[in-house]
Amino acid sequence: MTLLSNILRFLSGDAQADRVVPPTGFTARLTVFASAAMAFLAVFALAFSLATGRLADRWGDALAKSATIRISAPADQMDAQLLAVTEILATTPGVKEARPLGEDEQRALLEPWFGPDLPLDRLPIPRLVEVIEDDEGFDAAGLRARLAGEAPGAILDDHARWREPLVKAATRLRSLGLVAIVLITALAGVVITLAASAALSANEQVIRVLRLIGARDSYIAHAFVRRYTLRALAGAAVGTVMGALALFLLPSAGAEGGFLTGLGLQGWQWLWPLVIPLFAALVAFLATRQAALTTLQEKR
Amino acid sequence: MIELEQVAYGYGTGTLLSDVTMSLAQGSFHFLTGPSGAGKTTLMKLCYGELVAEQGSVALFGQNVREMQRDDVAEVRRRIGVVHQDCQFLDHLSLAENIMLPLTVSGRALHDPSELQELLAWVGLQQQANAKPPELSGGERQRAALARAVIMSPDVILADEPTGNVDWDMSVRLLQLLVELNRMGKTVMIATHDMNLIRSAKSQVQARVLRISNHQVTAAGANL
Ligand SMILES: Nc1ncnc2c1ncn2[C@@H]1O[C@H](COP(=O)(O)OP(=O)(O)OP(=O)(O)O)[C@@H](O)[C@H]1O
Ligand SMILES: [Mg+2]
Repeated sequence: MTLLSNILRFLSGDAQADRVVPPTGFTARLTVFASAAMAFLAVFALAFSLATGRLADRWGDALAKSATIRISAPADQMDAQLLAVTEILATTPGVKEARPLGEDEQRALLEPWFGPDLPLDRLPIPRLVEVIEDDEGFDAAGLRARLAGEAPGAILDDHARWREPLVKAATRLRSLGLVAIVLITALAGVVITLAASAALSANEQVIRVLRLIGARDSYIAHAFVRRYTLRALAGAAVGTVMGALALFLLPSAGAEGGFLTGLGLQGWQWLWPLVIPLFAALVAFLATRQAALTTLQEKR
Repeated sequence: MIELEQVAYGYGTGTLLSDVTMSLAQGSFHFLTGPSGAGKTTLMKLCYGELVAEQGSVALFGQNVREMQRDDVAEVRRRIGVVHQDCQFLDHLSLAENIMLPLTVSGRALHDPSELQELLAWVGLQQQANAKPPELSGGERQRAALARAVIMSPDVILADEPTGNVDWDMSVRLLQLLVELNRMGKTVMIATHDMNLIRSAKSQVQARVLRISNHQVTAAGANL
């Protein structure tokens, strides 16, 4: 409550107090522009992080799911081989669950390709066993070797595995996106500190006069800090809107639309960019206050 | 109010003031004279904490300057009105805003807004209230500086050459303002070269004259 009222008082400010520091045209425009540009970049870094995060999650889920064992054998050996496979799987470490697909399930899988009237019982259709891994995962090469020995018609298809490096890459990309956000934030802090320091030294005489007539450091610092915080807030708001608009206007492809077109934000994620201007204002506040108090310490 | 004990100061180019012991008692009226470059402005700066004594101690309202926090310095300066020799205005604000600035920065306002008009009238600046300081003559700036120094109704007024650039009639007028304030109990010190001003004050107020010579501050005799 006090924090909120402090913030409100800070933002509403004291018009007279603002006027004691002369307008600083050049650094002012510089600050607004820099904040806008960095907010724009931050929107993309954010979207990038969220998109790669989604990708990693999606692919990671698929990975966790399953592998399939396909048994192709003459009809009279089918049951024997199925039994052998089930027994092998029961003793394979890393297998959480193994389940032969029923006839109905297989029919459902094939229906889209061959239509509903498929005479499954009369066709040499391979039987499928769904294998669900536990967290450790099984040793695919070892399992293949055992299958080849005991159920020659069984083939392990761990199609999801090729995605593993991709998931790793996507996770890494997400971290890179976060690093980019941190760097942009740091850069915003640096730029605003430089602009504020320049303004402070340009106003050395003003600060001297204010001190001489009894102004406290906090009063003088406040005049600068408020100004730069509001500029960063305004600039970042504009930059964020532009960035979000650019994302919004990206041509969208479906869920499978690949990586680049998946860069947009989804649903509640559109709320994330709202944080950027507030965060920029916070960075500006801290950076300017630090610069102002440091500069003031050197004077009497 | 202001006490200096064996104070020494120099700007790194040698001693300017040494072994200065003096005190401005409440309600006292002092003149400070001495040749140009003797250190009058420097002594004033020691008296409002812009400079810190190299040796000895300066106490403002009982607080040792060397031990004051920055906010204490600000607080003390609100109780000491200073006419700086080089005026020190904010050039982007109007004269009236500059005069009101001590009130502004301490979050105060005049009890009665007409006080500002009266003060401007006294120093002859009603016409210039909205002008910017760089548009004014040296004498006008000095009058404005005096107005700013007294606007807070401070306990102590330190005026460094307040009449340096004004004609004799205006000098008398400004002196009268300071004398009036002194009668109200304010402590006043005026640095000046103008012996006529000192003489004319002597008929109105019990003024003591301090002279800086040979790095020392001494009480000047009655025979000016
Ligand atoms: N900031 C400074 N750095 C170095 N030397 C200084 C500084 N300020 C003043 N001085 C020197 O100190 C000496 C005293 O200066 P001060 O301004 O106190 O003299 P003053 O008595 O007020 O002279 P005036 O009557 O001309 O105003 C001068 O020789 C001046 O050159
Ligand atoms: Mg001087």
